Amino acid sequence: MQYRLTTPVTREDLAPLKAGDTVLLSGVVYTARDAAHKRMMELLDGGKPLPFPVEGSALYYVGPTPERPGEVIGSAGPTTSGRMDAYAPRLLDLGQAVMIGKGARNQAVKEAVVRNGAVYLAALGGAGALMAASVKKLEIICWEDLGCEAVRRLEVADMPLTVILDPHGGDLYQSGPAAYLASLEKK
Amino acid sequence: MRTISAAEITEAVARLCIRANTLLPEDVDRALDCCRQSEPWALARETLALLQDNLVQARERDLPICQDTGMACVFVELGQEVHIDGDFEEAIHQGVRQGYTEGYLRKSIVADPLRRVNTEDNTPASITVRIVPGDQLAVTVVPKGFGSENMSRLAMLKPADGVEGVKRFVVDTVRLAGPNPCPPVVLGVGIGGSFDKVAALAKHALLRPLNEPNPDPFYENLEDELLKEVNALGIGPQGFGGKITCLNVAIETAPTHVAGLPVAVNVSCHVTRRATEIL
Repeated sequence: MQYRLTTPVTREDLAPLKAGDTVLLSGVVYTARDAAHKRMMELLDGGKPLPFPVEGSALYYVGPTPERPGEVIGSAGPTTSGRMDAYAPRLLDLGQAVMIGKGARNQAVKEAVVRNGAVYLAALGGAGALMAASVKKLEIICWEDLGCEAVRRLEVADMPLTVILDPHGGDLYQSGPAAYLASLEKK
Repeated sequence: MRTISAAEITEAVARLCIRANTLLPEDVDRALDCCRQSEPWALARETLALLQDNLVQARERDLPICQDTGMACVFVELGQEVHIDGDFEEAIHQGVRQGYTEGYLRKSIVADPLRRVNTEDNTPASITVRIVPGDQLAVTVVPKGFGSENMSRLAMLKPADGVEGVKRFVVDTVRLAGPNPCPPVVLGVGIGGSFDKVAALAKHALLRPLNEPNPDPFYENLEDELLKEVNALGIGPQGFGGKITCLNVAIETAPTHVAGLPVAVNVSCHVTRRATEIL
């Protein structure tokens, strides 16, 4: 199934999604990688607010290449999400609804996804030019000193994504290869 | 004796950094196309088509193929009759600085592994030099992304582990990597040498065009067997499931000690980049 979603999203929006479905995502998406996540944790530890409205938000784990003059963004594919596993459950518990990246997540993240009715979506790894095409606007909102890791507010239209972890405990990285291998046995 | 100026080396390296990041080598492009045609699983075939579409978009819009424009690994084959006018290593670093800045490539290098401050120009390059006969200088730039680099592994096996032990280690490396290194991957495998040498062999194996097997039929056969076993894992393009988990396995070997069997697997992604110029 293919779904069209616009951020911010609600639990109800995400409830029908199943691992292996595709999503065309529009609206505002914030970027954050390792360094930005670490700083967000420091803000929370100090009782301070996050640099963006977290309820129903989507975070894209990406460090784009610098944009050429006149271009919105450079190449912008996902980075390996597992490096954010240490931080993700805390943000999901605060209301973050969508994680966008690539690669496997740990058990704590999977449980936080189910607990909060959230989703983990994959962008196409290594396809930075393709992913860039759906970004219509870019603005750095904080931590410019982090360079490509600074937090950016992106406005995206129909960003093509695949559901990896769904709110019901589904995991495409398990079920996808298993389904392919089962198809071989049937032959 | 032939003289090559440091400035010529800098210009070549700068051009290569940009070219390698924008245009995939023809052999890798062809391997992707070939694999898509032989992929029986529909989702995997669609995914491979999107990866090919990305290559077209990068070329047409002059964008890096991947946003991780990598650590600049620079391999030089330096003719022993060449005299370099100027500072050789600084010429290469300057080329990287220039290429990554002028090409709008991402600066991904931190000056210190623990204190982690970005050098802001993607230097230093990781330089490997080999002195060869002749009066030419061949320079190859390999921008190496770390999504796949992080999934690489090395083991000091026992001689008794033999070829089966090597195969198990390679297949386990790909299984453990799962979807993380952006499959379909390309594997550079080093066997033999010493602890440091075997890693260098694995990296060097990634320089070999995908359509060129190991010249030794024994290792060509092992490359084929490993490719089949890795593709039997079913991980598929992007880890979504499918036949094509790996595009190619390249093995490089070296003599080793009676007591050891070092093996290293350098994992690369479907964007296995390299570009060469001969001066």
